[in-house]
Amino acid sequence: MRDEVAAQKAGKPPSANKDKVLIRDLNFYYGQTHALKGVNLNLFAGQVTAFIGPSGCGKSTLLRVLNRMYDLYPGQRAEGEVMLDGENILSPDLDLNLLRSRVGMVFQKPTPFPMTIYDNIAFGIRLYEKLPKSEMDARVESALKRAALWSEVKDKLNASGLSLSGGQQQRLCIARTVAISPEVILLDEPASALDPISTAKIEELIDELSGDYTIAIVTHNMQQAARCSQYTAFMYLGEMVEFDETNTVFTSPRDKRTQDYVTGRFG
Amino acid sequence: MSSNSASARYSARHRRSAIWMSLSVAAAAIGLIGLFMILVVLLWKGVGGLSVAVFTENTPPPGSAGGLLNAIIGSLIMTVIGVAVGTPLGMLAGTYLAEYGKYSRLAFVVRFINDILLSAPSIVIGLFIYEVVVAPMGHFSAIAGALALAVLVVPVVVRTTEDMLNLVPNTLREAGAALGMPRSMVIQRIGYRAVRAGLITGVLLAIARVSGETAPLLFTALNNQFFSTNLLAPMSSLPAVIFQFALSPYEDWQQLAWTGALIVTLAVLALSIAARALTATAQQK
Repeated sequence: MRDEVAAQKAGKPPSANKDKVLIRDLNFYYGQTHALKGVNLNLFAGQVTAFIGPSGCGKSTLLRVLNRMYDLYPGQRAEGEVMLDGENILSPDLDLNLLRSRVGMVFQKPTPFPMTIYDNIAFGIRLYEKLPKSEMDARVESALKRAALWSEVKDKLNASGLSLSGGQQQRLCIARTVAISPEVILLDEPASALDPISTAKIEELIDELSGDYTIAIVTHNMQQAARCSQYTAFMYLGEMVEFDETNTVFTSPRDKRTQDYVTGRFG
Repeated sequence: MSSNSASARYSARHRRSAIWMSLSVAAAAIGLIGLFMILVVLLWKGVGGLSVAVFTENTPPPGSAGGLLNAIIGSLIMTVIGVAVGTPLGMLAGTYLAEYGKYSRLAFVVRFINDILLSAPSIVIGLFIYEVVVAPMGHFSAIAGALALAVLVVPVVVRTTEDMLNLVPNTLREAGAALGMPRSMVIQRIGYRAVRAGLITGVLLAIARVSGETAPLLFTALNNQFFSTNLLAPMSSLPAVIFQFALSPYEDWQQLAWTGALIVTLAVLALSIAARALTATAQQK
């Protein structure tokens, strides 16, 4: 409903956006702590949606529900519905590994695996496909090109992934995620540990990847949300306060709290 | 007046600090001097006996020439088997503690027992193997000795494996899971790999620990004055030979005991240095 409003505001017919992920009445608990309260949200196919809000508002928690990352930790549980192409991913008999092959994730701190640059990419591909060497080489190359890293590492593919700079490591992680062709990519503050130049590169990359992938990005940086997302969700104290086109959220928000936050009055 | 008492308090504090520091330095010096003297005496007495024969001939009867070949080979065989048996057990148990059990009741109990095992006198381990292996078999054997060493290896490896895996950042585990890797694979292909140097160091330290053990071997592998590779028969080992020869009244035996002690010490020293070097290179990354 809200997305229809958003679409109409933009002068587009409501059908212009296809739902990729539908979140309905999602509640999340860390033990006794109620971290997400009745969240509703749509992620549109091929669009970038930014989650913003002050620390502790639940935006990272929401992201970690979308690939069931919370499942690694006992005591964390989600209730409600998260439909990925019409299938509820909160269902207990869902194949988690399959889900995570469809919903990739990049973390705040770069997390290259302790292996060569080549193997960092090939490792993920080998989980799902058995490819001859030449084909694997091509896949690794295309993933690294996709992440705008190829020209910097093509002569040292056998060097350790840990030998790269922070910004390069993060792009390696994006390449690794893209290599297994997910449908949705989750980015958890992907540039907050990086310098401005690396940040700009990551943002450029997000822009290039949108269209082919449905992207959700958590960010503390409002300029970043404004620059690289089409939709923005503002969260506060575990609630979804406002969800609309990014432009609308930043220029004419409906909720007072959103306005206070985007104008820097708190957070 | 007040500044006077302040400076008095200051010099009192200064004196206390100086006394404390001298005590610490003295304690460290006593320890180091003791160690140093042991090494010097060992070198002094041991080097003279070093010759090719030590490595090519078996332990002699008193009064004739010989070497330590059977003891060296025996030590190698039993240490290798002990480590080969103990390492996988220790690694898997350590992995359970760090990755699966974590805060469970069972993990708590296992960790507690492992700590006890870690500090158990090795002669108790020897007696245990005597009861469960040697007594039923009816005779001493190399395999019993190797098993006793394995029991000593396990707690060391459990502890280092758990400690090392605890150093793997959770974000790395999450990154593995985020690609759709099953948990076992995240542990084997990413966790172990990230702390490989530490895991190897643990095994090296375990080898260093068991290669000098005498007590558990006396009750299990006993000793053998001849060359033997039969696992079901008694087998010689360096510590056991040192023990026997050092207590003997024969000078040539005593000389061999010194030389054997030097060989064991140098081997352990080399392993420790290798372990240190590995840890250092791992930390540089």
